[in-house]
Amino acid sequence: MSEKDRPLLIEAQDFNGLLLSLKRLGYATYAPTVRDGAIVYDLVDSADDLPIGIGDVQEPGSYRLRKRGDGSFFGFVVGPHSWKKFLHPPTVKLFTINSNGKIVANLENSDQKLAFIGVRPCELQAIKILDKVLLGGEYLDIVYASRRKDVFFVVVNCIEPGGNCFCASVGTGPEAKDGFDLCLTELLKPDGHYFLVRIGSEKGRELISSVHYRQATDEEVELASRLLTLSSEHMGKKLEIKGMKELLYRNLDHPHWDEVAKRCLTCGNCTMVCPTCFCTTVYETTNLSLKYAEKWRSWDTCFSQEFSYIHGGPIRYSISARYRHWLMHKMATWMDQFGTLGCVGCGRCITWCPVGIDITEEVKQIDKRDGEVKVKVE
Amino acid sequence: MVSSGQAQLVVKEETALRWMSVSKVVKETVDTYTLYLKPRTGERFSFKPGQFNMLYVFGVGEVPISISGDPKNLNHIAHTVRAVGAVTNSLTKLREGARVGFRGPFGNGWPIDEAVGNDVLIVAGGIGLAPLRPVIYHLINNRQDYGKVFVLYGARTPNDLLYKKELKSWKGRMDMDVLVTVDKGDETWKGNLGVVTMLFDYVKLNPDNTYAFVCGPEIMMRFTVINLKNKGLPDEKIFLSMERNMKCGIGVCGHCQFGPYFVCKDGPVFRLNQIKMFFGKREV
Ligand SMILES: Cc1cc2nc3c(=O)[nH]c(=O)nc-3n(C[C@H](O)[C@H](O)[C@H](O)COP(=O)(O)OP(=O)(O)OC[C@H]3O[C@@H](n4cnc5c(N)ncnc54)[C@H](O)[C@@H]3O)c2cc1C
Ligand code: SF4
Ligand code: SF4
Ligand code: FES
Repeated sequence: MSEKDRPLLIEAQDFNGLLLSLKRLGYATYAPTVRDGAIVYDLVDSADDLPIGIGDVQEPGSYRLRKRGDGSFFGFVVGPHSWKKFLHPPTVKLFTINSNGKIVANLENSDQKLAFIGVRPCELQAIKILDKVLLGGEYLDIVYASRRKDVFFVVVNCIEPGGNCFCASVGTGPEAKDGFDLCLTELLKPDGHYFLVRIGSEKGRELISSVHYRQATDEEVELASRLLTLSSEHMGKKLEIKGMKELLYRNLDHPHWDEVAKRCLTCGNCTMVCPTCFCTTVYETTNLSLKYAEKWRSWDTCFSQEFSYIHGGPIRYSISARYRHWLMHKMATWMDQFGTLGCVGCGRCITWCPVGIDITEEVKQIDKRDGEVKVKVE
Repeated sequence: MVSSGQAQLVVKEETALRWMSVSKVVKETVDTYTLYLKPRTGERFSFKPGQFNMLYVFGVGEVPISISGDPKNLNHIAHTVRAVGAVTNSLTKLREGARVGFRGPFGNGWPIDEAVGNDVLIVAGGIGLAPLRPVIYHLINNRQDYGKVFVLYGARTPNDLLYKKELKSWKGRMDMDVLVTVDKGDETWKGNLGVVTMLFDYVKLNPDNTYAFVCGPEIMMRFTVINLKNKGLPDEKIFLSMERNMKCGIGVCGHCQFGPYFVCKDGPVFRLNQIKMFFGKREV
């Protein structure tokens, strides 16, 4: 390791300094914080707003917080929110138009500088994926593009994976490799509470120089890397992605789709919590005088029948076909569309499914009974 | 926070909401109208056969509608609309002088250049003739570039036939074979009875140099493909225009997915071998 690339070390008490510096630079600082029994992402004023000493316990269909009994800042994994809500808002007014066809108000709120603090490696990958989907094609998504212009990423590696995490299987974590401004690994040592810091950009370098830091020792660097290796060995879930796309493509008629459909409530939770699901719908509202109309856009879910509706009826009228569409999109067709998986292994869809449907388990079922075909009733 | 010095996002012309005015309306059937739209003074609009626009009605919404006119006539951009719901009902109520919002043109269109030098077979069902009419105009405009031209068109009843005047004039041409059928005739109908695939009995195709362009309900396209395969046409020369729900037309809303494709940007026209794994599968 050249001295220039050597990670730095800051003390936990200096973390707040980073936050304040970001604010001074004009960034709106978003970070994890506790609300209504869950860890959510919101504006924070200081490190005191972080979920200090809080952990989470996740299982299929279940999520709760626990007291860890330590002073960790990032002792939890991902909650119901993802950063997508800031870049690709759940609802947004696209424009207001008057009855003469003149657009009288355009997108609001689009020139903010955003600092995302405590972004997990899988979530960073999710944003890279959204970049491809919403900025990488012939046409830009202007909402996303305008919010994505100036984002500062403080990534925190995962030393304690959650019960539904499988980032190691899909290669998105538990350690971020690039694409961040700063990447931290939290170290709770008997002699104190530190963050090992890797710098990913010039902006990151400038920010770190605003607080007290020193070079990390070999021992500290090794500790971090040992913790991350252990972490990747202790993922709550596993998924075999080798040959997965082909497996799914050749099993469009597998009976397991119907078996999942018996449990699926089509609530769409999985698509709402998923950090990469990007689908939206648009609608118009008018005022009573019919002088103005507003065009709104909201997240949509492929689990509804309306989603695929065309004159005559929905394309995917059965639950089985809708679940198949969702899973196939995440795990197979996304590859052909954007050259990457649509899943980053964050486990949210497993945790927040009210009946505990587990995407890794459903793929396994199909793999186990590869080639089975359901009896056709035409 | 004002962030000066940041590059303004470049929004491509076709993604911005623009306006045209209705210059002529032709009632095609009881529920289907062709709106001819005139670009605003100083604005130009051109398209490829098979492309579509997102048409917008103030306060109601926006829907994908194929461009159905002559690609050379850039002063009258035709859209043939069947009233089936909120937006299409409002569109078909518009009359001369009314304003229509649009974004587009979107989509890839039919491979008219690739087909040069070959015979072209057009198979349309119902409103499916709309995105194919520009192809027919193109073939007529450039007749010497193509071999034989066949048009097979089926509708439910004689009253459901679109473009009756044009059909008559095309039928009168010596340089193309135009065959029409209806599922159910009436007192005055003296033409063919039966589904469109039945017309295959009346045409002699050369499987080695024929391009087939097909648009209609998915079930009709399925049976058409079976007939084309029976005639020996290779998958690479069979093209289908697919329909899916669309909200954006530019590949970002996710609604129009069909297997690994986005119908709005990868289609709506697909080569059969490209979509073989999914075409005809239920609920994909
Ligand atoms: C590429 C393409 C080309 C088309 N060309 C034509 C054409 O030339 N003439 C024509 O009459 N129709 C065409 N359609 C179908 C037309 O878009 C629908 O009939 C129309 O969207 C129905 O909207 P609505 O608001 O009137 O109906 P509603 O039933 O009120 O529709 C509700 C919503 O569902 C969606 N939707 C419903 N049906 C369809 C559909 N068939 N396709 C896509 N989205 C749908 C729309 O987004 C609409 O906002 C085309 C569709 C596609 C995808
Ligand atoms: S599919 Fe599930 S595990 Fe994968 S990224 Fe989306 S929410 Fe996370
Ligand atoms: S899984 Fe469904 S909601 Fe998510 S991006 Fe794909 S189609 Fe859209
Ligand atoms: S219509 Fe929105 S992605 Fe195709």
